[in-house]
Amino acid sequence: MTKTTHTVSFTLNGEKKTFGTRPDEKLLALLRREGYRGTKYGCGQGTCGACTVLLDGRATYACLLYAMQAEGREVRTIESAGTFDNPSVFQKELVAAGAVQCGYCIPGMVMSATALMETEKVLEDEIVKEYMDGNLCRCTGYEKIWVALRKTLDRQAAAPAKKPAAKSKSSAKGGKK
Amino acid sequence: MNRHEKAKNFKQVNHSVTKIDALQLALGKDSYVADFVPNDALIVKMLWSPHAHARIKKLDVSKAEKMPGVKAVLWYGNVPRIAHCTAGQGFPEPSPYDTFMFDKKVRFVGDRVAAVAAETEEQALAALEVIKVEYELLKPVFTLDEAMAPGAPVIHDEAEAHVPIPIPYEPKKNLVAHVACEAGSFEKGLKEADFTFDQTFETPYAQHCPIEPYTSLAQIAPSGRIHITTSTQVPFHCRRIVAKTLDVPVQKIRVVKPRIGGGFGCKQEVLLDDVTAMFALRTGRACLWQFNREETFRTGRTRHPFRIRLKAGVKKDGTITAIDMEAINNTGAYGGHGLTVVSCAGSKVLPLYHCENIKFDGKSYYTNLPVGGAYRGFGATQAFFAMESLMDQMAEAIGMDPMKFRQINHIREGEGSPIFAALGEGREGTPMTVGSNALAECIVQGAEAIGWEKRRDWRGKTGRYRRGIGMACLMQGSSIPDIDMGAASIKINDDGSFNLLVGATDLGTGSDTVLAQIAAEELETATAKMIVYSSDTDLTPFDVGAYASSTTYLSGEAVRKAAADAKRQILATGAEMLGLPVDQVFCEDSAVRSKDDKHKVTYGDIAKYSLYQKNQYQIMGTASHITKKSPPPFAAHYAEIEVDTWTGFIKVLNYVSTIDCGTAVNPALAEGQTEGGTLNGISYALTEEYLFDEKGRMQNASFADYHIYSMRDRPPLKTILVPSYEETGPFGAKSVSEICINGAAPVFANALYNATGARLREFPLTPEKVLKAIQAVEVKK
Repeated sequence: MTKTTHTVSFTLNGEKKTFGTRPDEKLLALLRREGYRGTKYGCGQGTCGACTVLLDGRATYACLLYAMQAEGREVRTIESAGTFDNPSVFQKELVAAGAVQCGYCIPGMVMSATALMETEKVLEDEIVKEYMDGNLCRCTGYEKIWVALRKTLDRQAAAPAKKPAAKSKSSAKGGKK
Repeated sequence: MNRHEKAKNFKQVNHSVTKIDALQLALGKDSYVADFVPNDALIVKMLWSPHAHARIKKLDVSKAEKMPGVKAVLWYGNVPRIAHCTAGQGFPEPSPYDTFMFDKKVRFVGDRVAAVAAETEEQALAALEVIKVEYELLKPVFTLDEAMAPGAPVIHDEAEAHVPIPIPYEPKKNLVAHVACEAGSFEKGLKEADFTFDQTFETPYAQHCPIEPYTSLAQIAPSGRIHITTSTQVPFHCRRIVAKTLDVPVQKIRVVKPRIGGGFGCKQEVLLDDVTAMFALRTGRACLWQFNREETFRTGRTRHPFRIRLKAGVKKDGTITAIDMEAINNTGAYGGHGLTVVSCAGSKVLPLYHCENIKFDGKSYYTNLPVGGAYRGFGATQAFFAMESLMDQMAEAIGMDPMKFRQINHIREGEGSPIFAALGEGREGTPMTVGSNALAECIVQGAEAIGWEKRRDWRGKTGRYRRGIGMACLMQGSSIPDIDMGAASIKINDDGSFNLLVGATDLGTGSDTVLAQIAAEELETATAKMIVYSSDTDLTPFDVGAYASSTTYLSGEAVRKAAADAKRQILATGAEMLGLPVDQVFCEDSAVRSKDDKHKVTYGDIAKYSLYQKNQYQIMGTASHITKKSPPPFAAHYAEIEVDTWTGFIKVLNYVSTIDCGTAVNPALAEGQTEGGTLNGISYALTEEYLFDEKGRMQNASFADYHIYSMRDRPPLKTILVPSYEETGPFGAKSVSEICINGAAPVFANALYNATGARLREFPLTPEKVLKAIQAVEVKK
């Protein structure tokens, strides 16, 4: 086990937390050893996106970020996205579309899509692809992930203006959904 | 009624039932090997060979052993030296035993030298730094020509290297395997031809790139047994191989496969588990080894590069009179799948077209490069590139539309091929006639979807951007006949739910769901009633594992038979409860009903009765399945591309992937398999390759430098499932997973020719290569 020499404090999925760490520890390693194992290791090189978390609302590779860089910031992981009883709309659509094959890339996809939906107002295909480009999948050919995402986005766009506004407000407070 | 119309009446099968683990995975719940690692697990790190070919003169680990946090070091001096094969195949394997846990010789950049288990990753890495190695550099072998040359350096000069079955193996000549056959007379056929061809094709290295890297966790259970949790496609082979390599009884080992983050063949190999198990034995601690991405590229398994010389003759009327395929693969430093992959280059390709005179010669050679393994498509991918490229050229020579040329020549229902009988895996094959075959329909539907009628000869095309349309036809198999075995057991619970235990290995494909549907269909219940568990060598019945397109077809039939066994018991108990003879009752909608439909008992009632009330017993079915057939799925692929003749860049405008997989047990999952495999094929055809420096080191071992397609790269892709009904498969099903990766390379090569007149006999079709080829055409003009 990593011997810790420092501490780092940040808001994790809406709760203020303090963890022991070391200056050379990556955020991914810290999250996983603290039980937030939905965030996956895929490459350690910032290229596959399996470790995507939200840092102050921006999709970020947790494998490249040092844990101590999260000091005072707001981190959200896949554990904040949904539960068995209450999965997020995108998670529901992914399941319905048959988009989850091995599933290893999916938590990262969900986090990138969350950043997209909370940040962008115009959800044209090119913008969507820009947000999702950093999340690799080798199983699905992206077809069904795309179908699920497009459905989710179109539903969000069609929804009354109130809802997205409320969502972004709560995310500014700490990302509790 | 067409036979496949039957499938429309199924209640569970042929429905896109929700994949049973999908939500669990989408929520990010603990699922994969690395999610189950105790926090105090030791971390394993390996010192890899920096040299392609060298003898270790001196290896000193004494300093490393004393480093902080280090609990054990493994090297050739302190482990058993047992020749084995890392490929997860049937037993005895049709492959050389040419691998040791550690050896005094290293045979490629990325070969094992010594391993450390330490409290932390940093400590393990620090310990590797102080291991002292003196190498005697040997002349490396990097190409097939170098490997075959008389007097070539011998890569496996160890005395122990041998094959466990009588097949050709000459390590002194770097020859891993040789298989040959002839049906009719190639020479005679060639004389009958109006046009003859003799061309050589080359295919590149590639890696599977599952997003989850290889991961293995070994622990010592309180009973003292070794408990391995690993990302494997072959848990039972893993148990057998680890037992052999460590020289411990099979009984002492338990292998558990949790959810797997993709495999595509690369996890059909035991590359980590001997080391983690040995460390666990030495330290008594949980030991985790996870490859990083670079290791996955360098040391993980790859797709064998091939050189294929194809000779053929064709008559003006379109009759193919002779085909001779000489296929040679580079299996790299170890020979695990060398023979079987080269055999499949013949056996999965040559039967596709009518021809009375067929010759095949397949060889596999060692080199000092990364190791070839099983990769979706398994030799057929490489050989179809050659075959389908040549099909277009033959069609052009006789002035026939290439689609029509394929239509008049492809194998039909009820027909056989001498190749089926001649080419097996390490032995003769199994004679077979093709049952279900909807290739004709695949060709028609694909042509319509791509707009084949607008295809024009390249000679009329001008301007910077030129469009072309290409096609290819494909087949594969469904399991290895007479060798592969799958088994399943199923038991009822109090509430009428069932535990379905299968050795079949869901590696992310959705096979657990497909098998649950098959069981539910047979048992006349709902798929949601199935609790599926796969795979655990202590708890689930044997299965060879997830390879050779076998799970749906082979393991699926085992599941159907086990379910039928349980159903017989349910009917008997139900009849007893209703006070009726068994022939007066039937199963429907999770209940046993009287034939007059006046009385029923539900499966929950039957379970409670049989478990608690009277004549108690466990309703439980079990079955195994082997097959004499390996029914091919068929496919026709099409693409329209736009070639930038200034840069050589190929833009894929549309891709159409049709497939006849028999009954699609789960159409959404079958589409998913086809879409994923097709895009992997597209990525392989256009961008993926290993780049080596002059010392045999891979230069692009990252996703930054080895590009696999992202969501933005994805071209418009249309998937068409064309139904047929395979009488020998569970509810008409045959395989779906592998075939779809074979199409893109020949389709694009043919489309490139159709756009520009440039014919490339190697890929990936990178802009550099395409531009050069176009320029050569322009010069000729």
